Amino acid sequence: MSTLLEVTGLTKRYPGVVANDNISLTVNAGEVVALLGENGAGKSTLLKAVFGLIKPDSGEIKISGTPIIFGDTAGIISRGVGMVHQHFQLVPVMTVAENIILGDEPKRGIFINQKSAHDEIVALSKRYGLEVDPNAVIEDLPVGMQQRVEILKALRKDVKLLILDEPTAVLTPQEIDELLQVIRNLAKSGVGIVLITHKLHEVMEVADRVVVLRGGKLVGTTSPKETDEAGLAQMMVGRSVVLQVNRTEAKRGAVVLEVKGLQVCDDRKIMSVKGVDFSLYKGEILGIAGVEGNGQRELVEAICGMRHREAGEVLINGVATKDLHPHAVHEAGISHIPEDREKHGLVSNYSIADNLVLNQFDQAPFAQGWVRNIAEINKNAISLVEKFDIRTPSAFNTAGSLSGGNKQKVVVARELSEELPVLVAAQPTRGVDVGSIEFIHNQLISARDGGAAVLLVSAELDEILSLSDRIAVMSDGKIVAVVESKDADRNYIGRLMAGLDK
Amino acid sequence: MNLLTKRNSYFLLVALVTAFFYSRDASITTSVYATGTAFALPLALAAMVGIMCERTGIVNIGIEGTMLMSAFVAFFVAYITQNILIGLAAAIATGSLMGFLLALMAVSWRMDQIIAGTILNILATGLTSFLYVQGKTIPSVFSAFEVPLLSKIPFFGPVLFIHGALTFLGLAIILALYVAIYHTSWGLRSRAVGEHPSSADTAGVSVVRLRYINVTIAGAIGAIAGAYLSLELVGSFERGFVAGKGFTALALMIFGRWNPLGALAAALFFGLAQAYANQLMIDQVVNIPSQFTSILPYVMTIVVLAISAGKVRAPAAEGQPYEKGQS
Repeated sequence: MSTLLEVTGLTKRYPGVVANDNISLTVNAGEVVALLGENGAGKSTLLKAVFGLIKPDSGEIKISGTPIIFGDTAGIISRGVGMVHQHFQLVPVMTVAENIILGDEPKRGIFINQKSAHDEIVALSKRYGLEVDPNAVIEDLPVGMQQRVEILKALRKDVKLLILDEPTAVLTPQEIDELLQVIRNLAKSGVGIVLITHKLHEVMEVADRVVVLRGGKLVGTTSPKETDEAGLAQMMVGRSVVLQVNRTEAKRGAVVLEVKGLQVCDDRKIMSVKGVDFSLYKGEILGIAGVEGNGQRELVEAICGMRHREAGEVLINGVATKDLHPHAVHEAGISHIPEDREKHGLVSNYSIADNLVLNQFDQAPFAQGWVRNIAEINKNAISLVEKFDIRTPSAFNTAGSLSGGNKQKVVVARELSEELPVLVAAQPTRGVDVGSIEFIHNQLISARDGGAAVLLVSAELDEILSLSDRIAVMSDGKIVAVVESKDADRNYIGRLMAGLDK
Repeated sequence: MNLLTKRNSYFLLVALVTAFFYSRDASITTSVYATGTAFALPLALAAMVGIMCERTGIVNIGIEGTMLMSAFVAFFVAYITQNILIGLAAAIATGSLMGFLLALMAVSWRMDQIIAGTILNILATGLTSFLYVQGKTIPSVFSAFEVPLLSKIPFFGPVLFIHGALTFLGLAIILALYVAIYHTSWGLRSRAVGEHPSSADTAGVSVVRLRYINVTIAGAIGAIAGAYLSLELVGSFERGFVAGKGFTALALMIFGRWNPLGALAAALFFGLAQAYANQLMIDQVVNIPSQFTSILPYVMTIVVLAISAGKVRAPAAEGQPYEKGQS
């Protein structure tokens, strides 16, 4: 077995943090190495260094025995390294074909040879069983399909070492199964694979070796044979993690939120919420289970006033809320942890402190009349950063500088600190490490116990099952069943989600 | 294929209006259109500068300054050497240098690009006013010549094929740029850099290098636009000579949706409106002060922009400095 990647003594410092502290790592041909670690443990930094995108302060990176040169991404690619980035590196307005050939275009004279590009992509997608339409424009494709394009792009040049940075965070369970199969096949054909993920069962399923980072240091190497999910979680976080949520019986109060006959269209103007009714009670968590793309996103956005309601109404304490008016809905008493934190949850260029008061910036104590009270904003920021364990050198860095999981904690901290009667949490733990998941789950439970009515939407069935007091299953734009969670059966709900039982 | 698209209906409208005027008075209509083309060329070329820069994500509001500086250098070098070709070469060198300067400020120093462009404009206004000497003349201009055969076509011949060398050079640049942007790897990479630079970077395309190259070449194109004014269209140089054409070009670029042919069409429309305004003044059809007729092209452009704009989308990464490893 030959060594593909050899990292020795890699150190990278950023102002205030050591992102990578003397890390050494090897990856061999035909092997799947899972790289685990909390958000901000330094996984992405390590991979960016391997790809020549950031310059390490010290240490050496060798690919097939030869050291790499910082900035020489083209050279590193040509030596057989492919990377699927956490944030897709695709140009949204260009076609699949254009994105795949970018950087190494087939030519005829001085022109791009469109036909041979097309043929090459068709052949490539056949070879790996990843079907794509070369002429489709990226921004029109669902994320699972974009992911495929990203993988094909990485596989195009006879890849020897494939790096996947949280590739499953946005995929549906079916898409994840397909991806894991692709990973197994590639490893069998001799490709070395580095996989970053927060989903421990995926690690148990495909990894040959597991390398764990914590606080920028390599804290251990193990394999799925030697440990279990709880063991992995403990290595990552440095303490034992309770993967099962402890939850007391809900003390259900009066109806707070009522949704009646709600119909909503998606971006393509196709009806995707087809008449939904439900009531949410004070002091309970209602989980909405469903395969992604069955109207959950549109439902949440319509409830929160971000998407036009074609029909129906949303009432809080019996009073109808205004359509298409997020501010009024928020005033009426709904706080919202949005599904897409980058787009709807944060202003990346603002400081963490400012992001933490986005929902209350114009209210006392954060403002007096027209003047912002900076001292209060800072005090609030420092206490929330501490309470929610947001890993940052200071509360005054920009939100954009945080790692994914820490960004999520900022959003959760802000929305929970206001203590409104209704909390809508959409995919609250997406792309978040196990330690933080535990924390966010406990926060949702304590919001419930504090008397909030919580609507939880998640693509992770396990999350729904462990948190919810009642579970509503959504399929094809309708709620097909509502069950008490003590009567919930995993298989039954799975069948409902798939639209099998009516 | 839907033949009656919005775009086609504009062309049809222009063709009908043209045919109407042509049937009324063929010779005047032809000369108005030829003048219109001559007015349009520097605007179209200046819009190419904007397109080349913005397609790779750099906002260039220094086009005006680049043109002014180049028109000045072209004229005075031609005067000193008594050779317009050397004047042209010197202008191109000057324009490239100004492009390079913008790239240095915007790409390497990550300055605010509006400020960087403003610096170019102020630099050009200051230097040209300071160094300007009155009453100098150049030995010749790039004078009009007739393209054999083609210039004999009625209407289109005189309008398109009797011009000076720089007009033909300019048109060739515009066509070449169109083909290059949509059909070569340079074009694909440039667009990727302007839309989503980290995608290009991770695919092994150097964002910094491409931005430098494109902004510098764009400067050279701006120089040809400037030299056209002083060495072909007018044959002299005055203070404030470019008179806002560099800014008008930015509007035409948006009107043409960052597409070279679109911008050319927009420039032709604007140039024609200007030529018509001049003709109105000469004919004294309407007895109003000339200031009002000079407004006409601008008003028409605003009206057409307002009606036709619809959804235009600028390159997504426009105006943002790129930092490696930030995605």
